[in-house]
Amino acid sequence: MLARLGAARGGGLLALALAVALLPLALVNQYLYDVAILVGLNAIVCVGLNLLIGYAGQISLGHAGFFALGGYGSAILCVRYGWPPLSALPASIASVTLLAFLVGRPILRLKGHYLAMATLGLGVIITVVLATEDRFTGGPDGMSVPPLALFGHALRGERVWYWMVGALLLACVWFALNLVESPRGRALRALHGSEVAAEMIGIDSARHKLVVFVLSAGLAAAAGALTAHYSGFITPSQGSFLRSIELVTMVVFGGMASTFGAVVGAAVLTTLPQLLTPLKDYEMVVFGAVMMFTMIFMPRGIVPTLAGLFRPKARP
Amino acid sequence: MSAQLLQFLFAGLTAGAIYALVALGFSIIYNSSQVINFAQGEFVMIGGMATVSLLHLGLPLPLAALAAVAVTTLVALALDKLAVERAHGASIVTLIIITIGASILLRGLASLVWDKNIHALPAFSGDKPIALGGATLLPQSLWVLGVSLAVLAALWWFFNRTLYGKAMLATSHNRLAAQLAGISVRRVLLVSFGLSGALGALAGILIAPITFTAWDVGVMLGLKGFAAAILGGLGSGPGAVLGGLLLGLTEALAAGYVSSAYKDVIAFVIILAVLVLMPGGLLGRRAAERV
Amino acid sequence: MSLLRAEGLCKEFGGVHAVQALEFDIQPGAVFSIIGPNGAGKTTLLNLITGIYRPSAGRIWLEEHELTGLAPHRFAAAGIARTFQNLQIFFNMSVLENVMAGRYLHERCGLAAAMLRLPRLARAERACRAEALELLSLVGLERYAGDASEGMPYGALKRLEIARALAARPRLLLLDEPAAGLNPTETQEIDRLIQQLAARGVTVVLVEHNMRLVMGVSDRVLVLDYGRKLAEGDAASVRRDPRVIEAYLGAEVRDA
Repeated sequence: MLARLGAARGGGLLALALAVALLPLALVNQYLYDVAILVGLNAIVCVGLNLLIGYAGQISLGHAGFFALGGYGSAILCVRYGWPPLSALPASIASVTLLAFLVGRPILRLKGHYLAMATLGLGVIITVVLATEDRFTGGPDGMSVPPLALFGHALRGERVWYWMVGALLLACVWFALNLVESPRGRALRALHGSEVAAEMIGIDSARHKLVVFVLSAGLAAAAGALTAHYSGFITPSQGSFLRSIELVTMVVFGGMASTFGAVVGAAVLTTLPQLLTPLKDYEMVVFGAVMMFTMIFMPRGIVPTLAGLFRPKARP
Repeated sequence: MSAQLLQFLFAGLTAGAIYALVALGFSIIYNSSQVINFAQGEFVMIGGMATVSLLHLGLPLPLAALAAVAVTTLVALALDKLAVERAHGASIVTLIIITIGASILLRGLASLVWDKNIHALPAFSGDKPIALGGATLLPQSLWVLGVSLAVLAALWWFFNRTLYGKAMLATSHNRLAAQLAGISVRRVLLVSFGLSGALGALAGILIAPITFTAWDVGVMLGLKGFAAAILGGLGSGPGAVLGGLLLGLTEALAAGYVSSAYKDVIAFVIILAVLVLMPGGLLGRRAAERV
Repeated sequence: MSLLRAEGLCKEFGGVHAVQALEFDIQPGAVFSIIGPNGAGKTTLLNLITGIYRPSAGRIWLEEHELTGLAPHRFAAAGIARTFQNLQIFFNMSVLENVMAGRYLHERCGLAAAMLRLPRLARAERACRAEALELLSLVGLERYAGDASEGMPYGALKRLEIARALAARPRLLLLDEPAAGLNPTETQEIDRLIQQLAARGVTVVLVEHNMRLVMGVSDRVLVLDYGRKLAEGDAASVRRDPRVIEAYLGAEVRDA
């Protein structure tokens, strides 16, 4: 069984690496590169969110808030305080991580829909503050963000960003897979399986939940900061409730408790709206319908359902 | 009591009554299935928008409103029959995502069937403000409060005095036992969706003369209704009402005394504070997990 | 010195005194049973001595460490493990993984080490797996190691919980109605298992309704009624105690 698991993991990583390496062959114009980069950045958030939702069994309907804060933090440090982007970025990520730590402690004592509401409220609070404090944030129209610069050279251009995001995504997936298969990952899954039994085998559930929450918030902030520097601007709507719902949907859609599922979900749900733009006014209708159909017929999400088709049937 | 405070209270109660109706919709469906119906806000939207359309077609307001409620109820029933029931057996999270998909679908349909403009409904009995204690009250507010009260009374009677209502409550307490007692859980869920649809539509129609309606009003109203339901304790009818009123009042007072821009922030901070102190909401069941 | 000691233990739920003024003293290496009619407070007591409930009054010690009011994971860290009356299997994991999870306290693993997949982790995993398999054979489930725990028969799951609890290498093992819902053959297996554990030096606290099992395997028996101690002593004397008989043994005496 371990061999099979190892093969699945190794195979998956290889497939992902190949996909990242070979995709540029299909990316024939700037627009497609752009979509691919956005997919990658969304996937990074989803990998972290999947750890929280699929493995630790918690929920967050406010993760876009961390994403937006990561972006704004870096933007504000650069634009208002003149920090170089290369130091603003990690500083922003660190600050958001700290915020997640402070807020997470009281919030994670809540369960289920109450936790959902608390995280949702957090996201709304963040978004409103970002839209209102226009002295710092430029208000509802957002603010522009300088590009990342390495040794004086600005990092512009889709190709550079593509490889950077691709490498980062692979690293995140690798870290996530390692974590899940480690004793810590087992502790997380135990927590999800039965919190009281997990406590009784010595798992400090509060601390574990907090660690995963903070980790996933940090990843979201990192993706947000990178997105801001890549696209050159940021708006408060990046942190909106609808955006948070989108992220959760990507995770569930791709398959909870599946790191590859998170990547697939991000890929599908980021590209689908783009594919549907020719439909113009029908875009939302089709998108909503696709979501509903997929979840009705593949309730465990795409990757687990497809994996189930290929796995040999269990012994009766 | 200062006239200004009174003004804010009126506004708060009016909004609060609407939130309460939406919150009740959430609680009723939650009680039957543990699912949070994220399309609840869209029911509110359809109620208002459909009434606008029907008015334009020439129907008198009461008939248009009634027909709109019927339409929304049908939409809600369809959502249950075609989507939620089909996914029977799926995890709660999956069901929630299905309702999220439904809300997107409904919003998309709304933008096609109608448009993306803001529409107004005429006030039920004119919009000449009534002076009361130095503050002004819109007659529509009285409609909101009056109809809400009547609806609450009807719901209370239904759930506590009719056999079917009690059967629905039984399902929320113990699904398996209810099934064994011969209650069709599927039917209960269907009725729940229908009821929530009607409640949402009613809320949408009541508030449209004051705050206007558009294809996307459902998002915020759904969000606030959900917040109110959680604040009061998910699954508790009185909790939904209490949560709704408190949310409405908090918002109005915050908008009045602090800042209109931050009213949502203050409201949510208070909700967060309440939840941290009372993890099951104000009137929520504080059941200890049996191990 | 006693292994587990409680003094003046009380637990109240909004006016209902589930447990009142309870005191007991469990010696290491003993099999200590707690019996009583339904509602007597047995599971409440178990939850109190595992930290799941906080006592309204009273104190608990494991050897010389006071554990009163600590979180459950601290009780576990002190060396107490338990099974549950309503199974709390990790249904999202396989049979083997459930037992491996039980070893949590013995495989500390930092976040960075986990994410970087350091080599020593692989070695620790192999050892963990081996020990888990050994425990599964102890309870007779080694054939099911790779299977999903969901869908396993009830009796097997009860034994799985015991294996998981043992994985923590506890000094005190609490079994909450391990024979509930089991047929006589399965119950005999539990009996044999408990005796094996006692022979290994694990102190066992047993909450049970099955009198044959209790009387056959216990060194000492504590009888609860309405949350209070009704009687305590060795199996034979408790059986003969008229107060106990009156409270609930009743017809059992004629059959046994």
